[in-house]
Amino acid sequence: MNPLRLVRARPGAPFTVTFDGREIEALPGQTLAAVLWSAGVTAWRSTRGDGRPRGVFCGIGVCFDCLVTVDGRPNQRACLVPAAPGADVRTQEGTGHDA
Amino acid sequence: MPERSPVLAVIGAGPAGLAATLAAAGRGVRVVLVDSAAEPGGQFYRQPARGLGARRPKALHHQWRTWRRLRTGLDARLAAGQVTYLSEHHVWCVERESPGFTVHALLGPEQRESVALRADGVLLATGGYERVLPFPGWTLPGVVTAGGAQALLKGGLVLPGRTVVVAGTGPLLLPVATGLAAAGAKVAALVESADPRAFAHRARSLVGAPAKLVEGAGHAARLGWHGVPLRVRHTVLEAHGTERLESVTISALDSEGRPVPGSERRVLCDTLAVSHGLLPHTDLADGLGCGLDGVTVRVDEEQRTDVPGVWAAGEATGIGGAALSLAEGHIAGRSAAARLRGTTPDPGAWASAARTRTRLRAFFAALDGAYAPAARWVERVTDGTVVCRCEEVTAGAVRAAVGSLGAGDLRTVKLLTRAGMGWCQGRMCEPGVAGVAGCAPAPARRLLARPVPLGVLAEPADPPPPQ
Amino acid sequence: MVVVGAGMVGAACALYAARAGLDVVLVDRGPVAGGTTGAGEGNLLVSDKEPGPELRLALLSLRLWAELAEPLGAAVEYEPKGGLVVASTPEALTALTDLAAGQRAAGVAAVAVGPDQLRDHEPYLAPGLAGAVRYPQDAQVMPTLAAAHLVRVSGARLETGRTVTGVLRGADGAVRGVRTDRGDLLAPAVVNAAGTWGGEVAAMAGAALPVLPRRGFVLVTEPLPPRVRHKVYAADYVADVASDSAALQTSPVVEGTAAGPVLIGASRERVGFHRSFSLPVVRELAAGATRLFPFLTDVRVMRTYLGFRPYLPDHLPAIGPDPRVPGLFHACGHEGAGIGLATGTGRLLAQVLTGENPELDLTPFRPDRFAESEEAAQ
Repeated sequence: MNPLRLVRARPGAPFTVTFDGREIEALPGQTLAAVLWSAGVTAWRSTRGDGRPRGVFCGIGVCFDCLVTVDGRPNQRACLVPAAPGADVRTQEGTGHDA
Repeated sequence: MPERSPVLAVIGAGPAGLAATLAAAGRGVRVVLVDSAAEPGGQFYRQPARGLGARRPKALHHQWRTWRRLRTGLDARLAAGQVTYLSEHHVWCVERESPGFTVHALLGPEQRESVALRADGVLLATGGYERVLPFPGWTLPGVVTAGGAQALLKGGLVLPGRTVVVAGTGPLLLPVATGLAAAGAKVAALVESADPRAFAHRARSLVGAPAKLVEGAGHAARLGWHGVPLRVRHTVLEAHGTERLESVTISALDSEGRPVPGSERRVLCDTLAVSHGLLPHTDLADGLGCGLDGVTVRVDEEQRTDVPGVWAAGEATGIGGAALSLAEGHIAGRSAAARLRGTTPDPGAWASAARTRTRLRAFFAALDGAYAPAARWVERVTDGTVVCRCEEVTAGAVRAAVGSLGAGDLRTVKLLTRAGMGWCQGRMCEPGVAGVAGCAPAPARRLLARPVPLGVLAEPADPPPPQ
Repeated sequence: MVVVGAGMVGAACALYAARAGLDVVLVDRGPVAGGTTGAGEGNLLVSDKEPGPELRLALLSLRLWAELAEPLGAAVEYEPKGGLVVASTPEALTALTDLAAGQRAAGVAAVAVGPDQLRDHEPYLAPGLAGAVRYPQDAQVMPTLAAAHLVRVSGARLETGRTVTGVLRGADGAVRGVRTDRGDLLAPAVVNAAGTWGGEVAAMAGAALPVLPRRGFVLVTEPLPPRVRHKVYAADYVADVASDSAALQTSPVVEGTAAGPVLIGASRERVGFHRSFSLPVVRELAAGATRLFPFLTDVRVMRTYLGFRPYLPDHLPAIGPDPRVPGLFHACGHEGAGIGLATGTGRLLAQVLTGENPELDLTPFRPDRFAESEEAAQ
């Protein structure tokens, strides 16, 4: 069983986004967090203090642990932002503003 | 010229907000339903994204018939022009004007632009979010909140990993475990720190809530069906891994809440879904000056806050689940519709909802007692454990602030350690920091309910006149 | 002696009194730094003060802060970053230059910065500004950490969560200690370091001290890499600080912090102890900050908070013995400058308490200086 089969999903045409330059597949409507999870990616940020990896924690936009840089804009919550075709998603370091 | 109908802004489109909208619309007020998500439903009735084409979304849900009723009702009122529904509006402030209110919301996932809406009354149905108490390893990727795992499953049709341990305490754990298992995850264990017998002691108040019992029994049966081992009076001592979660150590707890020596064992997993209950979102209420009782918004019999023109319903007024939210939302909506028109409502009109409210509040008070987080959890938080995830403040730093710098309350701990000063503004760490510091978990004042770009604040927002 | 108020000023009074050999109990109804100190930005400034007694106190205080920073600098996040006061128009620059000349004569280091050099000092400043004056002596601390660490190293007995309900006086009228909700604390000297609430403590001893609150909001941004190097503010800030108006005044004050977020002040309003949120005030602060630093437009504000500055009608603090009540001393009413002026205040008060000659003339800070005008009014 998988979630798509469970609800008998017929998703629209898949597309790709890039994560640190690597192409990964996305389904329409999925948030970046969902897309990254589907690709087996669980961390896309390193903290500004200890440089530790982080990904989704609360999943509903409250905890800000899943911050990520999308198309050059830092500090986007991956659990809220829907994936757009061709989006350039990058692991975010520190504040996200460091050059 | 006829006077314009008063405008009621309902903030939040979960069960409470939808029930309030349906109750108020068509009763002489115009309802503007404002919600941050792309689709109504809130966390409880979160729907798969449209593009995913789910033909059987009810497979992920409970109380589906209630949802159909809410959704159909909303559609009918939208078609009748009684309700305006604003999705992807992230409300960051509700401003008191005289008279009325201005609701400020950031737009879309981008949240770079803001709009202002005028309203004569405001109904806060802002819901709740997960409470997670810290333990060693809880910041590893792969450790998620139980509600977060459920949200990504319901909304994005994805699983957090292949092998999941569901842990913590509270009535959310069972449905999350069964939901993940039904969707194809291997649930290696459900680890509940509470003692089910404690719940049985409070059985008297359960008599009034048969639906709840049936639901619980259903989950328990499904747990067996999916072969999920249930470990009650157990806890996760530590999550292990270097760059991500690899396993957890679980242990039995004795009657005092201490780990039973020799009972520890390692469970391999790539995901830990953890929850210690829920907390209400009270920022908007606090910013408006509404009184709080502890961490919940104070309301009267009509769900009115102590600020005239402001109602609150659902989890914001106390955690109690979808059915209680529906009852409170209904009462709040009826009251608001009457009061905003300058009339006094007849409580008889919502007698049935009021009975449900009484019953469910008693039920959840009992549940709360039974599912109190495992005693002595603080003792298991090592000094090196990060308690504030945003600012990476350790339990040791919090203890030092209390021990040698004289902090005795959450605000001073925050000022001295930065715990609670990061992006989430303490929403995630307040219960943990309070526990480690040994002080009351008073929520911080968050006058801005969300981060707002300075450029948005800098531009004067002249709200459009109400249509 | 008993010090009432465990904010920055009370902590400094405790420290210098204890160093002078006094036995000190510090009592506060709340926690350490629970009042204005915890809501402040931690300014240690000479730049915003006109020549006169407050500037003399500031110069003394900043010297003392630098001394304290030797052992405590890292713990209290002491940053001798300097201030940069910018003028947007030629007229404002002229006024600023005149002010700086007077300050220089009083012993302040003030360096003129031409419009073409501005970005050497602050690379992200808006273009088109007329010029600035740099004040190398300006510095910053994290105020709550500063108060807590000063209390800690003072060795004073700290009694938090204990409310002073009265001032005990003997038959001769002299102070004998304080009454609290948890018993009396006896001492021949009581220091009123209750900040914005200093008027209430004075009243308990039967003395009038017209301390009033002046509300201010601060905005805190998301964490950023170091981009704002100095404490940067617009030249009209000095006029706002000195103003007597009750109406809202905002002039942007922007500074980075060691922890990453940028702090944006400073609004001034006289609205009593009103704790409610005011979006118009916050909007003005944001507008002022983005005018100075356009890059801030896309930066998000995570938090805003408010506090109450304790001010006296002539904008000078009350420091020293109260001639109306033997044994009562005041150290309050520092308005928005209490963090910076705390060290000098503590030192001067310790000198008075031990019978030494204070190193600054305390006449301008006399606690009973408003009494004549009140009597005249009655």
